[in-house]
Amino acid sequence: MKLSVWVVAAALLAAAPWAFRGSFALTLLTQMGTLAIFALSYNMLLGQGGMLSFGHAVYSGLGAYVTVHALNFLGKGAFLTPLPLLPLLGGVAGLAFGVLFGYVTTKRAGTTFAMISLGIGEMVYACVLMFPGFFGGEAGISTNRTVGQPLFGLNFGPALQVYYLVAAWCFACMLAMYALTRTPLGRMANAVRDNPERAEFIGYDTQKVRFLQLVLSAFFAGVSGALSCINFEIVGAENVSALRSGGVLLATFIGGIPFFFGPVLGSVIFILFVAALSGVTKAWLLYLGLFFCAMVLYAPGGVASLLLAQIGVIRAGKFGRLVAPYAAGAAACALALCGLIGVVESVYRLSDSTQGTRMALAGMQLDAAQPGIWLTSTLLLAAGLVALRLAARFISSRWAELRPA
Amino acid sequence: MDFLLVLVLNSISYGLLLFMLASGLTIVFSLMGVLNFAHASFYMLGAYFAYQISRWIGFWPALVLAPLAVGALGMAVERFALRRAHKYGHVAELLFTFGLAYLIEEATHLIWGRSAVPYRVPPDLDGPLFSIMGTQYPMYRGFMMLVAVAMLVSIWLVLKKTRIGLVIQAALTHPETVEALGHNVPRVFMLVFGGGVALAGLAGVIGGNAFITEPGMAAALGPIVFVIVVVGGMGSLGGAFIASLLIGFIQTFAVSLDWGLFGYNISQVAPVLPYLVMVLMLIVRPKGLMGTREG
Amino acid sequence: MEIRIRHAALAAALLLGASGAQAQLKIAYIDPLSGSFANVGEAGLKHFQAMAEEINAKGGVNGQKVEIVGFDNKVSPQEALNQLKRVIDDGIRFITQGNSSAVAGALIEAVNRHNERNPGKEILYLNYAAVDPAFTNDKCSFWHFRFDANSDMKMEALTTWMAQNQKIKKVYLINQDYSFGQAVRKAAREMLNKKRPDIQIVGDDLHPLGKVSDFSPYVAKMKQAGADTVITGNWGQDMSLLIKAAKDAGLNADFYTYYAGGLGALPAMGESALGHVKQITEWHENVLPSSIEKWSQDFEKKYKTDFYYLRIRTAMQMFAEAAKRAKSNDPKAVGYALEGLRFETPTGEVEMRKQDHQLIQPLYLSTVQRMAAKGGPKEVKYDVEDTGFGFKTDAKLEASTSAQPTSCKMTRP
Repeated sequence: MKLSVWVVAAALLAAAPWAFRGSFALTLLTQMGTLAIFALSYNMLLGQGGMLSFGHAVYSGLGAYVTVHALNFLGKGAFLTPLPLLPLLGGVAGLAFGVLFGYVTTKRAGTTFAMISLGIGEMVYACVLMFPGFFGGEAGISTNRTVGQPLFGLNFGPALQVYYLVAAWCFACMLAMYALTRTPLGRMANAVRDNPERAEFIGYDTQKVRFLQLVLSAFFAGVSGALSCINFEIVGAENVSALRSGGVLLATFIGGIPFFFGPVLGSVIFILFVAALSGVTKAWLLYLGLFFCAMVLYAPGGVASLLLAQIGVIRAGKFGRLVAPYAAGAAACALALCGLIGVVESVYRLSDSTQGTRMALAGMQLDAAQPGIWLTSTLLLAAGLVALRLAARFISSRWAELRPA
Repeated sequence: MDFLLVLVLNSISYGLLLFMLASGLTIVFSLMGVLNFAHASFYMLGAYFAYQISRWIGFWPALVLAPLAVGALGMAVERFALRRAHKYGHVAELLFTFGLAYLIEEATHLIWGRSAVPYRVPPDLDGPLFSIMGTQYPMYRGFMMLVAVAMLVSIWLVLKKTRIGLVIQAALTHPETVEALGHNVPRVFMLVFGGGVALAGLAGVIGGNAFITEPGMAAALGPIVFVIVVVGGMGSLGGAFIASLLIGFIQTFAVSLDWGLFGYNISQVAPVLPYLVMVLMLIVRPKGLMGTREG
Repeated sequence: MEIRIRHAALAAALLLGASGAQAQLKIAYIDPLSGSFANVGEAGLKHFQAMAEEINAKGGVNGQKVEIVGFDNKVSPQEALNQLKRVIDDGIRFITQGNSSAVAGALIEAVNRHNERNPGKEILYLNYAAVDPAFTNDKCSFWHFRFDANSDMKMEALTTWMAQNQKIKKVYLINQDYSFGQAVRKAAREMLNKKRPDIQIVGDDLHPLGKVSDFSPYVAKMKQAGADTVITGNWGQDMSLLIKAAKDAGLNADFYTYYAGGLGALPAMGESALGHVKQITEWHENVLPSSIEKWSQDFEKKYKTDFYYLRIRTAMQMFAEAAKRAKSNDPKAVGYALEGLRFETPTGEVEMRKQDHQLIQPLYLSTVQRMAAKGGPKEVKYDVEDTGFGFKTDAKLEASTSAQPTSCKMTRP
């Protein structure tokens, strides 16, 4: 990948807090950074290794637990380590558990691997609740990150310092994981993903390749868990839950599995849905589900695939030809979205009798019990779907024209 | 002794309910290679549809209509959505059903609310079947077992004695060859998917009033069903049957035995034992108990 | 993004109902508002909104009108911390929460840290339902006030009543395997042993939370052991499934529970609970005669949910009273006025204990019965969630009965 991409990435990371202010925005950015490392590590398994895992939160969660205990020991003065180096400890813990669980799970890939990871995820979650001594039960273990020696005057109390810590680790991990894809191990992981039989034929042990890939992926997952611990100052059962594993799967997929930066994009979108959208509407889970299903059916390469597909056209200087169809598509989308939001919000308002049936939507005061809004929304939605079909046809015909170019 | 008998009967009835759920999933998994994450959600829909229909008409019509409604929904999902995902590979299909499970749960919240709904056992089936030394065995459990066995028998008849059953059996083990022979495999897929989820819907009709009908019921039973399908083995209904009974026995007996292990009672871990069994099975014998193919 | 975030907060406030264009004293309600527990969170929100309306009708608090702003914690401690950041951003100084204890623990720590790092911008936390005893013992904090009897207090009241019931001879304990369930069983064992050493504890089970569909094996064990009484802290589907399984097997035991009257439990259990499922709560709708009978029926008609949380009413009234006495709406001043405050409620006098910020209030033991209009006892005037079943008081346990010693060593600002 070109150097320019990395420079842009670093610049974005550094400048983000100045564009988006407020402590809520800052915590969102920090979470995006943490999730980006987690999702990239997950893509090491899925995108590069072809191993679909439903229990990846096990490694990040256990890394987080080890880190929180270490932080508490630090607080008691048991040893001296600057806080910024703690994620390494989380990574090592993740690596250790990767070795432990990975040995038995990587004998096969595909559905077998997915099911074992599901089983292990459920077992670890159950264990967390059963051994409150180490895991603190479902309330978890809390800590204080402003302990230990301040490093160059930074005690990491303020959220801004934590953000830059996460951003620095995020950049470092991205570099490391990208470098890994260029190593023989990375390449062999791709080979094993595509054709395990052939890889065996040329002399590589597929189990060993998968095992190493898993172990390294678990290392980075542990780093992400440690950073999450530092950010929230609490680690609980939710860090190893099926919800967390499912979340990183969703984030990675939405971003784009085939592309290296896909998971980073997906993390941003996912956090926006979960943390920000949920403050605006109660139907956020429905929107997330619909968005995810639509992506699976129509853009399985994720948002990254949609964006990168434009690069070729832009380079050939023919992007102007696509502006009209894309504009049509965007308009159709907007139409359908208006209809959808109208219907969904009305349904949610009716199903919840807290405020009666009035609601505020896009600045308008509307009443969900009136047939007017239902009629309008359904018509908009139907019109939007028809328009989308037409726009899709327009776009694909324009693409077909451009293709030989 | 009577305690043991009650335990055995409970294990069998629970195991048979699990089999009703797992049979549909095994058939779909074996035929289409899709592990339907939303299978338990269709189970839940079966219970809710039955609740709604039994409020309008009655329980006995619901027993027939609700599974059909669920089956129709399943066919629509297959035709309009899953077929699209199919060309992107198994991972895409799996992920789609994953998203579908969330959507069905949210839709259920919207339509029926977030609390449990009062879907009750019909009065003629409510009551003890027989009493052993003071412990009653509910009639409804007996009814559950009856329905499950009837279902097993009819699946067997369809598979062994009808033409479409012949095609399905062949496609269970050699799907590409069946397509090469010219059968309309997509239509077969659609029917089988619809049939598979209809079986789950039937399990929901029966299980929904024996247990509780509420939006969390899919998440409670879902993972166990995967365990059964994996342990029983791909391509094998018989394996699913044995695995269901095995899991039913393990969960029931583990709860009742008070063995201690490092200060922890085995009954505390009882609901997690199936996962342990699954992981061990996958390590030792990934084909499952009676599987004919691998993942 | 900054504008959109502000709009988001504004939209949230609009969507969740501002009770007046000039509301100034905001209280953030951080509880589940989406997902499987949304109905529980919404019910609590309605209670708070009703109380805000009542207080505003009487002129507000020190001239400011009260506004309740909802934030969705999704029953996740980390998500609740996110929402707390929004609360801080919006300048809200009072928060309230009840579901769950895990979230409450995270919030207490976060509030302590925030108050320490930001003097002059402190936040006060009113806890209305998280019953982990630790929050008024070793995790106690000046900034946290608990208005629900904690789980040890409820067990104290339960066991005091059970001690004088000579018919109880064999007790079976069954609980969810997490900190709350473990606390319930520990307290039950200790207290029963002290008050009635002759009672035999014939079984003690812990099961994973929310994962058991079929409780018949547990019920079979209870029958085998000959239990005549069962004590359980189970809630939600774990409670309903247990009771249904018990009825199916014809188990003739009394169930002493904490949450039999919780949202959705009675509709799920129905007839199975009749006559032998009991609960310990600070109130139920058939505590009559009562000065708030009409008020609670009006509440039910207007908000379409039963009036279940008397403690929310008590909390808001005491909050308003404390602010009035302190002549200030500043959290620190209100906190000092609130601790040690005694207040008269429809069930008797209550006290917010100064040492640990635990409210000491009377409790009621009640049993599920058919409502009078459907042939049940005449005391059962009102039913729960339109099921035709309601609660009948067995006994009132005075405030002093449930009070517990505390290990709290509070540092005050």
